[in-house]
Amino acid sequence: MIQFNNVSKRYAGGLDALKNISFELAPAEMAFLTGHSGAGKSTLLKLITLIERPTRGQAIVNNQNLSRVTRRRIPYFRRDIGIVFQDYKLLHDRTAYDNVALPLVVAGVRDKDIGRRVRAALDKVGLLKKERAYPVMLSGGEQQRVGIARAVVNKPPILLADEPTGNLDQALSDEIMDLFHDFNQVGVTVLIATHDHRQVQRLGKHVLELKRGEMINDSSPGSVL
Amino acid sequence: MTGYLLRHLQVFFYTLGQLTRAPIASLLTIAVIAITLALPTGLYLLIENVQRISTGLDGSAKISLFLKADIDHATAEQLSERIRQILEVATVEYISPKQAMAEFKRLSGFGETLDTLAHNPLPPLLIVQPSRTLDTPQKLDDLVKRLRANGEVDLAQLDLQWVKRLHGLLQIARRGVWLLSVSLALAVVLIIGNTIRLAVLSRREEIEVIKLVGGTNAFIRRPFLYTGLLQGTAGALAAWALVSLCLSLLAGPIGAVADLYASSFRTEGLDSYGIAILAGVGALLGWLGSRIAVGRLLGSLEPR
Ligand SMILES: Nc1ncnc2c1ncn2[C@@H]1O[C@H](COP(=O)(O)OP(=O)(O)OP(=O)(O)O)[C@@H](O)[C@H]1O
Ligand SMILES: [Mg+2]
Repeated sequence: MIQFNNVSKRYAGGLDALKNISFELAPAEMAFLTGHSGAGKSTLLKLITLIERPTRGQAIVNNQNLSRVTRRRIPYFRRDIGIVFQDYKLLHDRTAYDNVALPLVVAGVRDKDIGRRVRAALDKVGLLKKERAYPVMLSGGEQQRVGIARAVVNKPPILLADEPTGNLDQALSDEIMDLFHDFNQVGVTVLIATHDHRQVQRLGKHVLELKRGEMINDSSPGSVL
Repeated sequence: MTGYLLRHLQVFFYTLGQLTRAPIASLLTIAVIAITLALPTGLYLLIENVQRISTGLDGSAKISLFLKADIDHATAEQLSERIRQILEVATVEYISPKQAMAEFKRLSGFGETLDTLAHNPLPPLLIVQPSRTLDTPQKLDDLVKRLRANGEVDLAQLDLQWVKRLHGLLQIARRGVWLLSVSLALAVVLIIGNTIRLAVLSRREEIEVIKLVGGTNAFIRRPFLYTGLLQGTAGALAAWALVSLCLSLLAGPIGAVADLYASSFRTEGLDSYGIAILAGVGALLGWLGSRIAVGRLLGSLEPR
């Protein structure tokens, strides 16, 4: 589902954020992306979502070669990828319902379908009762769940998360990670960047470890480190 | 297709709602645009009206036809009758050498001196008043040439100097209005561009999020383009109102001056065609300004 072949990323400042990265995630696989701060985790996720372009190498996501996805095609490409952010990136002047509806609205889904699908997504993350609440009225964990509902509302085959539990306590982190696990169980390919080794160990999934832009560990579950 | 139209309508009314929700800011922008557009519009109308005065003044351009000295009374009358038949001629007046001499004596005060002349040196004269349809120096010149072609005519003279000068000045003024219009159009683009730029910046986070969840640039641009379009159109219509107000204030004094020249001249504002063009230009400039402003931000958000 996601395949990198010798991908490098050099930022405008001259810094090599990623060097010769190669890995592969199969469809419906779940994986953790770990590494110290500044290792290049966010950069790797940005390449997958075409927020940044690779400097070298070939990346294939959802059967599309990223170098062939033109500017005009990027929005349509992104509709197949759900993204969850550490800082949630919710719109503060809109209710939870409107935030979750956003991916459907921009895709031109009809109003009556929107209602049904938004409520299904909110229900899945356990926030159906809070659909009229504005983000400031929600706790951090609730805001993150709104962000997750928004990421999955149009049923993308790929779900990415950049430190989704960075600001949450252990119990909430467990809840959020279990949610991702649930989506993976129904066939979504999930890649989560995280510092949280407890979660990595708890769920026992494929682990990709970065260090200063290099892939130092690519271990499938069950393999010996 | 209907879904597409529906979505456009939704954004259109959403934008309209946004504008009425921030009335002061929108009104200020619209007022600035109105004043900017009123200036060239007003000057244009001024020139058009002066143009009409210059062609509308009765007796402004008379053609004097000096006939050959040996033309007798009857031939002169015949010629004057023939000229009267020409479509572009309003009136013809025949002044015999005798009448001309009497007039000259009265006006010059050379009474007795002139009596000593053996014979009257003045030629018979026809004074031709062109019809009002001849509203350019070119058309008047054509008529003069045609009259001159008559064998009886010795000299044809048109006192056109001031008409020509006025037309020359109007030509320059017109070009000036064009240049002014272009630079003020640029000003409108900048005004709206800046307003929209501020709106875009205040919603930068929202735009980034919309892009991340798969919104196209067209989707993001749409409300801003409608904002610019509506503000530009409203500004243009306000400019028309402003110019109409000024014209109605000027109508009284202008009418008084026109009466002095026994002219039926009245000031005229923009016709419906002109209003449509003004509104269209406003809409286009507004659209352009916001397109540039949003385009700059969207460009900065593309991946590198
Ligand atoms: N837009 C950018 N321009 C220049 N350098 C950048 C940019 N974004 C990130 N970097 C640099 O690239 C390197 C990798 O950054 P990245 O954000 O991918 O790290 P990370 O693994 O996500 O770190 P963290 O765990 O702190 O989020 C860092 O040294 C960072 O300073
Ligand atoms: Mg990061």
